[in-house]
Amino acid sequence: MATLELSLDETEAAPVQRRRRLGTLFWCAIGWTVLVFAVAIFADLLPLPSPTDMDMLERRAPISAEHWLGTDGLGRDELARLIYGARISLIVGLCAPMIGVTIGGALGILAGYFRGRFESFVVGSMDVLLAFPPLILALAVTAYLGQSIFNLTCILGVLGIPAFMRVARAATLTLARREFVIAAQALGATHAHILLRELLPNVLLPLIAFFLLGVAVTIVVEGSLSFLGLGVPPPISSWGSMIGEGRESLDVAPRLAFIPAIAMFLTVLSFNLIGDTMRALTDPRQGAL
Amino acid sequence: MLFFVARRLLYLVPVLIAVSVLTFVIASLLPGDLAYVILGDQATPENVAALRHDMGLDQPIWLRYLGWLWHILQGDFGRSFRTGQTVWQAVSDRVPVSFELMIFAELIGLAIGVPLAIACAAKAGSAFDRFMTGTAFGMLSVPTFLSAILLIYLFAVELRLLPATGYVPFTEDPVANLRFMVLPALTLGLAEWPGIMRVLRSDMIAALQEDYIALAKAKGLKPSRILFVHALKPSSLTLVTITGINIGRLIGGAVIVESIFALPGIGRLLVGAIYTRDLIILQGVVLLVAAGFVIMNFIVDLLYAVLDPRIRHGHA
Amino acid sequence: MSGALLSVEDAVVDLPTPRGNLRAVDHVDLAVGAGKTLGIVGESGCGKTMLSRAVLQLLPKKARLSGRVMFDGQDLTTLSAEKLRKLRGRSLAVVFQDPMTSLNPVLTIGTQLIETIQEHLELDLAQARQRSTELLAAVGIPAPEQRLAQYPHQLSGGMRQRVAIAVALSCEPQLLIADEPTTALDVTIQAQILDLLAREQQRRHMAMIIITHDLGVVAGRTDEVAVMYAGRVVERAPTPALFKQMRMPYTEALLAALPKLDVPPHTPLPAISGRPPDPTRPLKGCSFSPRCRYSAGRCSTEKPRLSPAETLEHLYACFHPLAAGSGA
Repeated sequence: MATLELSLDETEAAPVQRRRRLGTLFWCAIGWTVLVFAVAIFADLLPLPSPTDMDMLERRAPISAEHWLGTDGLGRDELARLIYGARISLIVGLCAPMIGVTIGGALGILAGYFRGRFESFVVGSMDVLLAFPPLILALAVTAYLGQSIFNLTCILGVLGIPAFMRVARAATLTLARREFVIAAQALGATHAHILLRELLPNVLLPLIAFFLLGVAVTIVVEGSLSFLGLGVPPPISSWGSMIGEGRESLDVAPRLAFIPAIAMFLTVLSFNLIGDTMRALTDPRQGAL
Repeated sequence: MLFFVARRLLYLVPVLIAVSVLTFVIASLLPGDLAYVILGDQATPENVAALRHDMGLDQPIWLRYLGWLWHILQGDFGRSFRTGQTVWQAVSDRVPVSFELMIFAELIGLAIGVPLAIACAAKAGSAFDRFMTGTAFGMLSVPTFLSAILLIYLFAVELRLLPATGYVPFTEDPVANLRFMVLPALTLGLAEWPGIMRVLRSDMIAALQEDYIALAKAKGLKPSRILFVHALKPSSLTLVTITGINIGRLIGGAVIVESIFALPGIGRLLVGAIYTRDLIILQGVVLLVAAGFVIMNFIVDLLYAVLDPRIRHGHA
Repeated sequence: MSGALLSVEDAVVDLPTPRGNLRAVDHVDLAVGAGKTLGIVGESGCGKTMLSRAVLQLLPKKARLSGRVMFDGQDLTTLSAEKLRKLRGRSLAVVFQDPMTSLNPVLTIGTQLIETIQEHLELDLAQARQRSTELLAAVGIPAPEQRLAQYPHQLSGGMRQRVAIAVALSCEPQLLIADEPTTALDVTIQAQILDLLAREQQRRHMAMIIITHDLGVVAGRTDEVAVMYAGRVVERAPTPALFKQMRMPYTEALLAALPKLDVPPHTPLPAISGRPPDPTRPLKGCSFSPRCRYSAGRCSTEKPRLSPAETLEHLYACFHPLAAGSGA
C-alpha cells in the first residue's frame, strides 16, 4: 500500500521531464562515480608508486611513462596522489552525510510524527546550528579539536543534520496525513510500527536523493578546508590540498592544480546530477523543502 | 507590522544567547588548556597553574561562561595574546573589506543571474533555456576555490591583466582598490549566479502561469511590461529570500576567497587566527560573525515584510 | 452570420496530453451581434472556458486551434501578435472567474487600471487616474480615490471582481467576455455582480458573452443561449425560446439541477447521473447518450447534428428531442 501511494504521486508529477532527464548525462555520471569508487577502493592493488614518496630530483616532472600525470612540487607521483586523494574525498564525503542522514533523518521523522514540544525543540536547536555560517563553524571546530580525518568527518556530519532534518520532517508531515498512516493508526498499530514500517520506507527515498546532494556538498567543503590547509593533515593527499599546493606553481605547472580540480569537479557534478535526478523522481513538488 | 518586528526581535534574543553558548562550548573543546597554548614551550606546571588562576580557567565552566558573557555585554570581546590587539579592534578594521567583497560579489551574482533568469523564463523550454539551466547546474558543482584559481590563472598568470593578490583601501586609491577587488568579487559572484538564476527562473515560470498574467495579456499590455512588471515584481520577493539564504554561503566563500587573494577581511583574520592558534581572536570572530549572520537574516526578514504588501498589511 | 461582431466558425481546439489528444472544443459555431449578449452554459470541463480562451487567442502554448474567429471583420487566428495586442483590452475585454488570482497581488489597483488605460488610450497620467476613479465609482466601489493606492488583498472578493470589471470596461470595449464571473463569489454577491454587468452592458451598448454553468444566470440577462456539452454546442436558441421550450434532454437536466440560492457554488449537478465522457476518448454516438434517459437506437452509434427545429434560430443536436411543451 505504501509503495502504491508513492508511485501514484510520481505519475502525477511531470512525467515528460522525467523521461528526458534519465539521459546519457545521467549514465555518464553513474559511470564516472563507479570509476572513482573502483580506483579508490582498489588503490592498494593498483601498480602505483607511493603517493607520499618524495623525489627531489624529479620535481614537477612532466607526464611520462613512469609518472602518467607527472610529479608534484615535491616529486611525488601525481596520479597516485590523485587516486589516494579520491579515497579521502570519498571517505569524508560519504561518512559525513551518513552521520547527517542518520541523526537528522531520525530527528526529522520523530519531529514530524510526534509534533508538539519535541518538534519545536528540534526545530529550535537546528535554528541555532544554522545561525553559524557552515564553513566558519567547521573551521572553528577543527581548529579547536585538531585536524584529523575523524574530526573533520564528525563536524561535517553534524553540519548536515539540519538539512536532513528538514527533508525528513517535511516528508513525514505530508505522509503522516495520508490514508495509509491513518489506516495503520486506526488499526491500532504502535508508534514504533508506524514509524519504522509505514513512514521510514517512504521518507527514505527523498532522504537518499538528498544524501547524494549532501555528498557533493561535503566533498566541496572538505576540499575547501584542505585547500586552506585546515582539512586533512599532511602528508595525506586530498584533492583540496593538492589543488592548494598546485596553486603555488600555477605559472610553471598549472596542471598540478587543474588535474585534481577537474577530478573534483566531475565527481561533484556526478553526485549532483544523480542526486538531482533522484530528487526529481521522488519529490514531485520541487522546492518543498 | 510593528507586531511582526517585535515578534522577530523577541525570537532573536534566545538565538543569540544559544549562539554565544555554542561558541563558548566549541572553544572549550580544546584538548588541554588555553594556558598551555599561550605559554607554549615555557609551560611548567607552576606557571600553567598561575596563568590558569589569572585567567579564571580553574573555575567551573558555567561560571566562566557567565563571566565571558558579562564582558561581552560590556563590549569587551577579549584581546589577542599574540598581537595585543582587541578582538573588537581587529574585527572592525576588517569588516569593511569583507563587506565590500560580499556586496560586489552579490551584485555580480545578481547582474548575471537576474537577466539570465528572465531570459530563460520568457523562453522556457527553448534551446537557450536548456543550455543556460545546464550551465547553471554545472556551475553549482564548481567550488569557490576552483573558480578562484581558474580566474587567477586566466587573468593574472596568462593575461597579466589583474593582480592576483593584495589590497589597497578604497579611501586611499579607489582605482587600485577596485582592481584588487575584481577577481575576488568575480570568484564569489560566479558561485552566486547559478542559485539566483535557478530559483528566480522557476519562480517566474510559475508566475507566468498565473491568472493575472493571462489577464495582463488579455488587457493588451506589451510583452515587456508583462515580463518585467507583472511577472518579475512578485518574484522579486524571492530574490530577497535567496539573497538572505546566500549570506551564509557568501561568508564561507569570503573566508576562502580572502585567503586566496590575500584580502585583509574577516575571513583572513579567522584563518590567520587558526594558523597562529590565536584562540581568543578565533572565539571572538566566530561569535561576532555568527551574531552578524543572525542579525543580517533578521534584516532580510524585515526587508521581505516591507516589500510584500500582503505581509506589510498583516495579511500573512 | 454576417453583421455579427464576433463569429466563431467551425472552431476546434485540441490539447495534447500524456493520455492522448484531448479535443476541448469540437466544431463550434457561434455568433454575437454588436450590443447583444450571449450565454454559454455547460458543466465544468465541457470546453466553454477553452472556447473563450480561443476567442481571446490566449490558449495554452501546446493547444492547436483550427477554424476562424472573426471579430469586427478580422480573423483573430491570423492576426499578428502586435495587432492582437492592440485589440485586447481595447475592443475585446475579459473578466475571469476568480478575482483572487486574476489581479496581480503586488501591484496597486490604480496601477492595474491605469496601465490598461494608458496602453490603449492617449491619456496622460492625471487623466488616466481621473478615468480610473470614475470607473471604480461606476462599478460601485465606495471611496474610489483611496482604492487606487490599495492592493487587491485589501479588498473583499466581491470588490475585487468589481475592480476586474472596471479594468475590463476601462477602454470601452466592443465585446466583454465574462468567464464564470460569479462562480468564485459568495452567493449574496453573485446577483449584484451580474446586475452590474448587465447594467454596464446596456449603458455602454457593448456585446457580452457570459460563460457559466448556471442556467439561472443567463435566464433574464442574455439575448441568446448556447448549451455546450463535451466540447460541442448541443442546443442554441434565443433565451426566451429556450426557456419556453427546451429540446435537448441535457438542457432540461441542467435546468432541473439548477442550484438553489442557498446551495454553495460548485455543487455538482445531482440530477444528471454519471460523468461527462473522457474527452481524450471520444464517443462514436451522441456524447450525452450514456447519461441520457431518452437514449435509444442510433444515439450510441451516430452523432446528431446541430440543426434547426421549427424556428430557424432554435438549433439542437438530438435524435429524440423533448416534445413541445414538455420543457421546464
